[in-house]
Amino acid sequence: MSMFKDTVVKPIFDNNPIALQILGICSALAVTSSLQVTVVMCIALTLVTAFSNFFISLIRNSIPSSIRIIVQMIIIASLVIVVDQVLKAVAYEISKQLSVFVGLIITNCIVMGRAEAYAMKNPPIPSFFDGIGNGLGYSVVLLAVGFVRELFGAGKLFGIEILPLVTEGGWYNPNGLLLLPPSAFFLIGIFIWVLRSVKPAQVEEPEYSIAKHTVAKEGV
Amino acid sequence: MSSKDGIGKVIGVALALCVVCSVVVSTAAVKLKPAQEVNKTRDLKRNILQAAGLYDASQSVESQFESISTRVVDLRTGRFTDDIDPASFDQRAASKDPAGSAELSDDQDVAKLSRREHYSLVYLVESDQGIDKIILPIRGYGLWSTLYGFVALESDANTIVGLGFYEHGETPGLGGEVDNPRWKAFWPGKQVYKNEEVAIALTKGAVDPASADAAWRVDGLSGATLTSRGVTNLVQFWLGQDGFQPFLTHLKAGEA
Repeated sequence: MSMFKDTVVKPIFDNNPIALQILGICSALAVTSSLQVTVVMCIALTLVTAFSNFFISLIRNSIPSSIRIIVQMIIIASLVIVVDQVLKAVAYEISKQLSVFVGLIITNCIVMGRAEAYAMKNPPIPSFFDGIGNGLGYSVVLLAVGFVRELFGAGKLFGIEILPLVTEGGWYNPNGLLLLPPSAFFLIGIFIWVLRSVKPAQVEEPEYSIAKHTVAKEGV
Repeated sequence: MSSKDGIGKVIGVALALCVVCSVVVSTAAVKLKPAQEVNKTRDLKRNILQAAGLYDASQSVESQFESISTRVVDLRTGRFTDDIDPASFDQRAASKDPAGSAELSDDQDVAKLSRREHYSLVYLVESDQGIDKIILPIRGYGLWSTLYGFVALESDANTIVGLGFYEHGETPGLGGEVDNPRWKAFWPGKQVYKNEEVAIALTKGAVDPASADAAWRVDGLSGATLTSRGVTNLVQFWLGQDGFQPFLTHLKAGEA
């Protein structure tokens, strides 16, 4: 049970891949302008991380260390292609919206980071749960960002109108910036700020401190 | 050096892994291909029907599409051609193939296509009285991406029935509002040609209904000036002299 708690629950807030490890920011900026797309991306990434961790951990003892990164990439890339193919076959509309970002899961640092940091050293089952946990940690941030961006940027949630827009006869004047990728930077920044205020342990030690101001002594 | 890092081991692991992964990937690709193809064609057909305002979500796309006939037009002569089988013609591939397309000069290339194919598919809704609606494929560059879509015209080859894009990568909420039904609803009833020239264009902001040109103007997308400009350019290109205008002229005269 404690293994489960450590691997699945911890990455959600205590060791969040985006907020603490600062991994996977790229896709967090790109796919969060509408919640529906965000959800599919979260599911896809969680599955890929979990299964890539599982398979890498399964063969971890026979991976020669000189080619381990390549081996990890091959497994991750194969899984991502399979996910992409499945999406195109069963959820065509959404796969059209996600376009290149499914393929870009391959380069998502979370997947690679967890494979290298956890799956190479731990047995398959905990690795699998570690993948799920980190996928969920990523999902929490993405969903929070997607929620704010879609609600205040387009007045909708999951494509359903919540705040009637001025352009459509309502009262809400949407914030166009929220629909552009840079807005996710601000939101993730705020998320990290809030998280670190609640859990001060996550605040990094400053790398250097400024020396005290010295006053020249007289008459030395 | 442990036995794990021996050269034989490295090659062996790499080969075995590659074989396993390629089998998995190709199985997925081959097994799912039919479902993907069906989705793709259905999506295309649905967009054609939507542009023509014929789409009914309660019925299957395939049965609704039976009333539409697909033909190939030679854009160089502006007439129908039977040289090419519409079922197997891949227009997007042709537009990139030097044998199937021609380079556009800078003044011609308002929609930033760089090449225009020699042949294009057109979709006709026919009734007993002849052609009812003409649906033309259009495409052009917006802000980030090429927009692919359809424009449907009445039998007078001048009044717009509808317009829609089925593939684009514009900013969601800004340029991506080309998919908004409220914006698409501005198009039906608009006129394309004025004194034989393409006059339809997007304006900045809303169209003043009192203006003399109101029939040729469509509201621009707010916050998406460059996408709006791209839409104007691509509609003007495809309905102009280098696009379908010769074909439409012939069709109206009954000589296509």
